[in-house]
Amino acid sequence: MKLDIRDVSKRFVTDERIIQALMSSNFTVDHNDFIVFLGPSGCGKSTLLNIISGLEDASSGQVILDGDPITGPSPEIGMVFQQYTLFPWLTVRQNAMFAAQLSCNGAKGQLENDRPRNIIHRAQKLLKLVGLENFSNAYPHELSGGMQQRLAIVRALANRPKVLLMDEPFGALDSQTREELQDMIQLLSQVEKITVMFVTHDVDEAIYLANRVMVFSQSPGRIIEEVRIPFGPTRDPALKLSEEFLAIKKNLKELINQDKTPSYSRKELLELISHST
Amino acid sequence: MKPYFLLRAPIPRVLVWTMGILSLVLSVSWYIWKSENAVGNPQQETFFPTARIILQTSWQMITEDHATILSDIYHSTYRVFAGFLLAAFIAVPIGVLMGAFNIAAAFFQPWAEFIRYIPVPALIPLFIAIFGVGEEPKIYLIFVGTFFPLLLMVADEIRRVGYDLIKVAHTLGASQLEIMTKVLLRSALPGIFDALRICHGWAWTYLVVAELIATNEGLGIRIMKFARFIQMPKIMMYLVILGLLGLTLDMLFRAFNRYAFRWADTSKK
Ligand SMILES: Nc1ncnc2c1ncn2[C@@H]1O[C@H](COP(=O)(O)OP(=O)(O)OP(=O)(O)O)[C@@H](O)[C@H]1O
Ligand SMILES: [Mg+2]
Repeated sequence: MKLDIRDVSKRFVTDERIIQALMSSNFTVDHNDFIVFLGPSGCGKSTLLNIISGLEDASSGQVILDGDPITGPSPEIGMVFQQYTLFPWLTVRQNAMFAAQLSCNGAKGQLENDRPRNIIHRAQKLLKLVGLENFSNAYPHELSGGMQQRLAIVRALANRPKVLLMDEPFGALDSQTREELQDMIQLLSQVEKITVMFVTHDVDEAIYLANRVMVFSQSPGRIIEEVRIPFGPTRDPALKLSEEFLAIKKNLKELINQDKTPSYSRKELLELISHST
Repeated sequence: MKPYFLLRAPIPRVLVWTMGILSLVLSVSWYIWKSENAVGNPQQETFFPTARIILQTSWQMITEDHATILSDIYHSTYRVFAGFLLAAFIAVPIGVLMGAFNIAAAFFQPWAEFIRYIPVPALIPLFIAIFGVGEEPKIYLIFVGTFFPLLLMVADEIRRVGYDLIKVAHTLGASQLEIMTKVLLRSALPGIFDALRICHGWAWTYLVVAELIATNEGLGIRIMKFARFIQMPKIMMYLVILGLLGLTLDMLFRAFNRYAFRWADTSKK
């Protein structure tokens, strides 16, 4: 598996203005890479992910998956969103197996023989791995937020996509559930040998999960640096307190903040405080 | 303070029934009081027959002339369902298309909005001219009355489905057609059935209008005939029949919704 992002840029043209959401970006993704997009709000992380998934067109450039340019969404590129994307009328098991009932006629590349059976088989295995098999017959509204995201991940992986895109998948969860799921996706990516591209605001999360962190900067949105994370493939939560981890964290924070001016009038507020005391 | 007076607080089943019965008892008591007071006042007596007279007359009609009642119910129900089902079978697919594709909405919406504002009774002369005075004009009148609002309601239900579900289905490999049937339609189905339930209620309203077109049988026209001779007790009886029919069908719709769409139970969210 090889994914090429070549000169991809995006600008949104609305009636009022033109927004350069993403400047020309270039990089290559290898098999079993865990790439994290890190950066402030509005710097084009979701935009880039949507372009890679085929849900949005790039204004320039191409995304090339194993030699074929991506022209639209396909089962080869899975996606997990921040929240509320389970099908509420299907049970947990039916959600996990949703892709089995799709014909995927327009899909590019070689679809495996006996695809529906494989999806069903994989969904069952994954439900067990993520601890949801006892909830197979429950409906999504009966699940906690963490369980819902686990199911969304299972549903995407059951399709065996070549790349899994995740847009702030744990953003809506409490910190404890969040760490639990970080651990889970980290192990899953090793067991299933999946290639992941993951968006987050959380620096700890980025370092813990990634082997490569793409640091984004704002207005116009662009990738300013790629930071390689030197820890091995399997990681332990204790890692987050190690000195090496904290050193990388400091470096990343500096990169993010270097050209960042606050969006509120910090100076004036400080002045007001000093006047009132 | 009991939690029953908190915004949207759930109430026990017993209380639901108690309140329902209470409102019924209050209304009936008011009528009994009103009609008993009217006794002796010749003008009011005709319009507010006492409960006893209503029950007696009804009983008499049920025992002696139930063929008429059953035939009226049959004819009216047939017209309602013919018109309403015809509307449903055409409005649902087109409504789904309108909700799914803006190009379809742009094509159908102006006409639907326009015709929706034409009062149905105004169409009667036209319908008689085109379809004569048989069953067709009545059924088509009910069809026109329910089709256009239903069309717009179905389209709205489809539009209400979150775009995220469409995106995620795309990334799972679903085609446009598959998304329409397996995501948009499925997701909107409880709302569509609710729209059907509401439009079915309107169909009964248009029935009475439709039966103004030359006819001899039907609940609506029978009431007109009773009115001509100021037979208030019989009118009351027919009104109750109409109300009970509507209520029963409405409850069947609701029961079906509750049974078929348990997943949509938002009260648990
Ligand atoms: N459909 C759209 N039309 C116009 N502008 C858009 C659209 N989508 C995104 N933008 C703009 O593009 C820029 C990048 O948006 P994007 O959603 O990619 O940011 P992000 O990095 O994902 O932010 P966040 O971390 O808050 O999710 C923003 O300035 C946004 O306002
Ligand atoms: Mg985003």
